[in-house]
Amino acid sequence: MKKVLGYTNAWSVTPGETIRVMVSTYGPERYRADLVRVICGDDEPDRDIYREEEIEAPFSGEYPGRTQPIGAGSYAVVPDSPSLAGLESFTVQAWVWPTTPGKGEQGLITRWRDDPAGGFALLIDDSGALAMRVGDGRGGVVEIGTGEPLAARRWYLVSGSYDAAAKELSVRQDPIMSPLESLKAADATREVELSAIADVGAPLMFAAFPATLSTGKAAAQRHYNGKIDRPRLIGRALSAAEGLAVAWDAMPHERNTQVVAAWDFSRDIGGDAISDSGPNGLHGRTVNVPSRGCKGHNWSGAEQNWRHLPQEYGAIHFHDDDLYDAGWEADFEYAVPNDLRSGVYAVRLRADDDEWYVTFFVRPPRGTTTSKLAFLASTATYMAYANYHWMMHERYCEATESFWTTLDKGDVFLQEHNEFGLSTYDTHSDGSGVRYASRLRPVLNMAPKTPLWSFNPDTHILGWLEEKGIEYDVITDEDLHHEGVGLLDSYRAVLTGTHPEYYTTPMLDGLRAYLARRGRLIYLGGNGFIWRCAFSPEMPGMLELRRAEDGIRYRDEEPGEYYLEFTGEFGGLWRRLGMAPQALVGVGTVAVGFDVSGYYRRQEASFDPRAGFIFEGIGADEAIGDFGILGGGASGSEIDAVNPMLGTPSHALVVASSEGHSANTYLVPDETGFHHCAMDGAQNPDIRADMTFFETPGGGAVFSVGSIAWGASLPHNGFDNNVARISENVVRRFLDDTPFPMPG
Amino acid sequence: MYDIDPSRTDLVAEFRKNPGGPYSSELALVVNRLRVMPMTDRHILVCTRRGRQWTLAKMPRERGTKLELYEDRVFDDYHEGTWELFRLRWKTVTGEDPA
Repeated sequence: MKKVLGYTNAWSVTPGETIRVMVSTYGPERYRADLVRVICGDDEPDRDIYREEEIEAPFSGEYPGRTQPIGAGSYAVVPDSPSLAGLESFTVQAWVWPTTPGKGEQGLITRWRDDPAGGFALLIDDSGALAMRVGDGRGGVVEIGTGEPLAARRWYLVSGSYDAAAKELSVRQDPIMSPLESLKAADATREVELSAIADVGAPLMFAAFPATLSTGKAAAQRHYNGKIDRPRLIGRALSAAEGLAVAWDAMPHERNTQVVAAWDFSRDIGGDAISDSGPNGLHGRTVNVPSRGCKGHNWSGAEQNWRHLPQEYGAIHFHDDDLYDAGWEADFEYAVPNDLRSGVYAVRLRADDDEWYVTFFVRPPRGTTTSKLAFLASTATYMAYANYHWMMHERYCEATESFWTTLDKGDVFLQEHNEFGLSTYDTHSDGSGVRYASRLRPVLNMAPKTPLWSFNPDTHILGWLEEKGIEYDVITDEDLHHEGVGLLDSYRAVLTGTHPEYYTTPMLDGLRAYLARRGRLIYLGGNGFIWRCAFSPEMPGMLELRRAEDGIRYRDEEPGEYYLEFTGEFGGLWRRLGMAPQALVGVGTVAVGFDVSGYYRRQEASFDPRAGFIFEGIGADEAIGDFGILGGGASGSEIDAVNPMLGTPSHALVVASSEGHSANTYLVPDETGFHHCAMDGAQNPDIRADMTFFETPGGGAVFSVGSIAWGASLPHNGFDNNVARISENVVRRFLDDTPFPMPG
Repeated sequence: MYDIDPSRTDLVAEFRKNPGGPYSSELALVVNRLRVMPMTDRHILVCTRRGRQWTLAKMPRERGTKLELYEDRVFDDYHEGTWELFRLRWKTVTGEDPA
């Protein structure tokens, strides 16, 4: 269904910078590329609000199409070395925790070439048992397996040895015994009829076999799912007792001079390096960001933070569907001209009857602003949702969202193409939660003309700004993360999107500092400022989150692995970290529901002169937002309310609250300590969105609607309605230089 | 788990009349039952032209494989498509076609 896709190396660019555009076609031999400015991306024909503006660009034109492959699946690789080439007899060993031992052949430690077959490979075979394979490089292959399938999610010490003198190949798997179950140790030995094991001159790999993509680029195949801890390479065939002694020794090279390499994955957590603590320095790197900061075979439970006891966090968890950088070749570049106005842009690709928009954000020239208002694009959230598969993977998705699964063309493509990677809402093929999301790949739900979640409904706000003639700059979460309050300081007001859910610590610090000075924040969304996430300082465009404790987690986080590897911070809800959104914007998430949205009623506080500007032109008894694209109302999808115990400022005014929520709208898990029979919107008085306003001592202010659906009510009646009116009233006052006086 | 009574044609008629809900409490139980079926072989819709066309499809058994698209089962009304899902899933659960 999709015939053309693409991505850029950066989402946020400044005039003067150049971005690279990578494109792949699926069938068509040619495609056309043009530049457009995205004004409103909602292409539902009956609404007639879609708007894009074609912009002249030097790259506009026809290009030859080609299919560019993606090598998904994580692994680690150690470059070839004389220390590897000179081996005759040897042993490879590691602690492993396989998660899908029955999925088919999986490489554990390999130095292998498929054709003609040569080298060695410690692997899990098609029966799920440990096996060792050697080849003479001329097609002669000998393999021995234990014949005993490995149990999933249990630790084993696995090893394979080749004794060149005795011409013997051995393999052995020893479980860490549980007092509650009986896992079997197993071993096997056989004669090797080959003249020699070939030195294939290949790198050594963990968690996969080597492969080559159609472009000639090195990649991997037959990926392993699970953890590997403390792999070692010893230049002699060890006995079982010798193998155990090396395996349990943190520094085996100090006691065994034949240790060639002793990799220690507890080092370098947070990056892509892997270190050999042994004498030969056989260091390497990981590919496609496997999970690190993971419990090792020796995890005692005494510590939950990998930084405090790294020696118990020496495992890397590999997945066959991890992905960092799709690695496509660039089709063309675009030097963003100095006079291109700040905004949301896209390279529009057209091939046959299909089209795709490669979306990016143009900031004003560095160090300048071109408007008093900044639209803060929620790119951390866009990344967290990137290539969302929940509707294709989760049995209860329809019951959660009160809908019948209705996929988009992009979803259909993703279902068929695992190699495009997952979102942080998904689970890996082995059932573990996805912790990382990359923007260095086509993101099929971050574009105009896609379903209304995350990015695309934010363009309702952009369309409304354009309709009202309100000028704005566009800046992004990644910019805020890297530049902090300095990015915001020159703006009179900052406007959020509909769902600014994910915040790194520097992003939150930057926003708080902005408000503490004189900043003004207009939060036109819901379920915002909820989860702590982190950007990798080493791998640009990579986001991490760990869904610790509670919240709408979609899936369990692995106990003992709640600390982010990129920063060492405890993951989870900002509410659980002592910085609830109520302490930033007055309101925080209370409920979600996707079938019917509610509407707001003015509260007594709306008649306070402090809030008078908000309701100019609005009747005292008027229902506010009893219309809209999402659920037919302005208060819906995910909604927020005040809570003084969580930090709502004492002088905050709740100027309106919502009603009319459905029986399919439920309290979020963090709002209830115990399930009960009145947790839905038809029964529970706490389920409401609170429209909230408060001033700050620096002359600034915060206005929050606390609802994702608010923005989708803006276009109603040609953007002429009370949601649009209130929004405009607030923006125009917030852009006025007159300081907001603190009450009292 | 709630057991759908295939003789309750009144609930079928209610859905046919108001497929988008809200539903009566009894019909809500039926709809929820039909929405928690296993993902494998679940009938779904694919939007093949925004706001204009939906095509019946069936989810595959494995990740990374094609879903089955029934190109001869195309709807220009979304609610007609959801009625088809209701009908097919009802039939799967009860063994009887409610149409």
